[in-house]
Amino acid sequence: MLPGPGGTSVPFADPFPSTYKPFASRPTYIYNLTILTAAGPTIQRGAVLLGNGTIRAVGTAPIDVPADAVRIDGAGKYLTPGIIDVHSHLGVYAAPGVAANSDGNEATNPSTPYVWAEHSVWPQDPQFPRDLAGGVTTLQVLPGSANLIGGRSVVLKVVPGRTVQEMKFPGAKYGLKMACGENPKRVYAQRGPSTRMGNVAGYRAAWIAAEQYRRRWDKWNADHKGDPPARDLGNETLAEVLRGNILVHNHCYRADEMAQMIDISHEFGYKIRAFHHAVEAYKIADLLAKEGIGAAVWADWGSFKMEALDGIRGNMALLFAAGAKVMVHSDDPSGSQRLNQEAAKGVAEGRKLGINISDDDAIKWLTINPAWGLDLDSKIGSIEVGKDADVVLWSGNPFSVYTKAEKVWIDGAMLFDRLDPSQRWRSDFELGFVPADRGGNR
Amino acid sequence: MIRRPFAHAGAAGAASSLLAALLAAHISAQTVAITGGRVFPVIGPPIENGTVLIRDGKIMAVGAGVAIPAGAQRVDASGKWVTPGLVDADTQLGLFDVSGGAGPTDVASGRRGDAITPSFAVWEGVNPRSVYIGPARQAGVTNVITAPENRGVVDGQAAMLDLVDGPVSDMLLKAPAAMLANFDFPQSDRIGARGELFARVRELLDDTKAFMAHRAAFERNQTRRYSVGRTDLEAMIPVVEGRMPLVLQASRASDIEAALTLARDYSLKLIIAGGAEAWMVADKLAAAKVPVLIGAMNNIPTSFNTLGQRQENAGLLRAAGVAIAIIGNNGDGDEEQFNIRNIRQEAGNAVAYGLPWAEALRAITLAPAELFGVADRIGTLQAGRQANVVVWSGDPFELSTTADRVFVRGREFTAPTRQDLLEQRYRTLPPSYERP
Repeated sequence: MLPGPGGTSVPFADPFPSTYKPFASRPTYIYNLTILTAAGPTIQRGAVLLGNGTIRAVGTAPIDVPADAVRIDGAGKYLTPGIIDVHSHLGVYAAPGVAANSDGNEATNPSTPYVWAEHSVWPQDPQFPRDLAGGVTTLQVLPGSANLIGGRSVVLKVVPGRTVQEMKFPGAKYGLKMACGENPKRVYAQRGPSTRMGNVAGYRAAWIAAEQYRRRWDKWNADHKGDPPARDLGNETLAEVLRGNILVHNHCYRADEMAQMIDISHEFGYKIRAFHHAVEAYKIADLLAKEGIGAAVWADWGSFKMEALDGIRGNMALLFAAGAKVMVHSDDPSGSQRLNQEAAKGVAEGRKLGINISDDDAIKWLTINPAWGLDLDSKIGSIEVGKDADVVLWSGNPFSVYTKAEKVWIDGAMLFDRLDPSQRWRSDFELGFVPADRGGNR
Repeated sequence: MIRRPFAHAGAAGAASSLLAALLAAHISAQTVAITGGRVFPVIGPPIENGTVLIRDGKIMAVGAGVAIPAGAQRVDASGKWVTPGLVDADTQLGLFDVSGGAGPTDVASGRRGDAITPSFAVWEGVNPRSVYIGPARQAGVTNVITAPENRGVVDGQAAMLDLVDGPVSDMLLKAPAAMLANFDFPQSDRIGARGELFARVRELLDDTKAFMAHRAAFERNQTRRYSVGRTDLEAMIPVVEGRMPLVLQASRASDIEAALTLARDYSLKLIIAGGAEAWMVADKLAAAKVPVLIGAMNNIPTSFNTLGQRQENAGLLRAAGVAIAIIGNNGDGDEEQFNIRNIRQEAGNAVAYGLPWAEALRAITLAPAELFGVADRIGTLQAGRQANVVVWSGDPFELSTTADRVFVRGREFTAPTRQDLLEQRYRTLPPSYERP
């Protein structure tokens, strides 16, 4: 038997490959409804055709509908791209939230780039089906924020599966979770880092080692001369960041710390894809816009710790006005189900500040912008011909508090139908434990 | 109204009414007429093109054909909705500045090992200058219950506040308003299991009765030893007498059933809070006339106590005839202080999941006022009630709606919040540190 590929460190290694297969689907024609495409102006009285897992047609022009297509009259309803939550801990902090399910923070070392969130994901977390019912079709599941460098994230389709591999978004890049500020210095107060300056020293030390590792392996991978260098899981992840193959998702609240993290990224030559939580992003919205760094934010969380003290509802609107890339994220299994409502609160605050944000702008915060955050915007995040058929049929305008996701498709397969509770996905955990008649549309 | 359950809070209450009367006379002698709005009195059907007339901090008249006195300040509410101020019956408003990692808070008794601390009067620690009062009030919340955190079994007493400028004595609408207790997550060395928990509560209630019967002997040191001390026993008297609600945090259906048994055995005025699985025992709650404080934004089986948690809970309970008040439970969103403003989003979600709209409005106005014995003061728009009134740009539950005018005891509050000041400073970049 030949040795496995684990003996060497190569770019884009994929030792836990996705085994996701789209669920069975029929061509589906949804017509006579309002479409927020996230790629252009609202389409009134439009239609879409889903087939073979992709969007085949969209617009107001007549569509050639196959005879066997499911036809859905969407009168009074809205269609949007599937919602993408770039900051989730579903599966790694599964419900019920007992200690045995607490798998999100490898809080044993301030730098743990060697851990991968997917190895903690429990596919039977009952929070997954609830997220789908909120119109969420793609999730980035991240390690927690105890560590300066927390480990690899994983991008999942919100689908039932026996294994996490069955949920993994095929071809999605990994993310690297990094964290600023209070959490690492609180968790490691005794052994260090215990200060923000200690945090920064920790990031820099990690990147110095990673750069050396990257050079050594890039050279060996090019010439295969001599014995290969020793493989190191943590540095392998960081080297992939330095090569641009893994995206940095950086938990960071304060504006001044974000500016420092940007300098560190310049020092070592990597890109920060997005700051997460970023409650003070509005203070440096111009800097984020200039650097092309996204801001994944809440509508209105703040004050729960010192670094969250300056949280304001205007964060999204001020970022938007400055031309920064806004993403509405949750970091919370409950909020994840209502990201549309969170965006609506941000829009309302914008109006108060004299910043007009249309439905077409706001839908991007939930779809194409987070798709960009995951570098998946060529596949998902908008309703355009050829893109994956991840779409949500809403009972009304998705920015109304009264509106619910009525049907949700992933790759053209209808995986959630509020009108048919008998077909509702229930995780293994729910059987027997959670009353079976829950969630009916009453 | 009667509010002298025991000496010190009774005195504080009396002082509060006097101060309130004096202050009201001073600051709101002016007559205000809110005209042209769609008025929701809550006790009756909506009134199109209605008027709400306010004087001396009180509502003088509500209706479609109300005569407006000359010289009244007019507030044009055409196209707007007018409701009573919202009431959030489960907050920790004013009890801390930063919840985590920033020093002590005022939310819980330090006698945690005891797990039974009824004498803890949480409102004495309320900071009337808290920066979190502004955002709540700006969002149309004019009254809150500020309550001890659920940590032990009996956590102390809550108060109903008017969100006026302090001192605290002037904010107190009713204190104490309720005793807080907890079956969900007691933290104590002395309680290890449900069987023990229920026994401790019965012991407390029995001791309180014995204390009441043998007061004089107690003062002479001639009674048996009670499970808690004098101040705790005194605090429990109005609970045992059925005059003050016992707000009991309970989620699991069987815990709610245990609470109902306890309430029946001891004739307690029970209110269930949380009530994740209350819908499963809705008929029993209705039969026992036990109300529930409940949210509508959580459907996650976060623990083995809340396996049946669902967003339809409020609607199902109401349909079964259970009285409900809506409180925040949207997860980790700091609904107890920073995001009290999201109480109306909670109500909107309750509507989305089956609660009739009018019932949802009632559940954040009149219903909590009734549950805590202040319905003669707040919770409706009718003559004689306190002028806690909100003019909304539209449907108060909609996320796009703003509270345009907010009156508490007839006084309009318009001061920018700390968050407003930050928004103004950073509206243009780079900011000016001299403004605002």
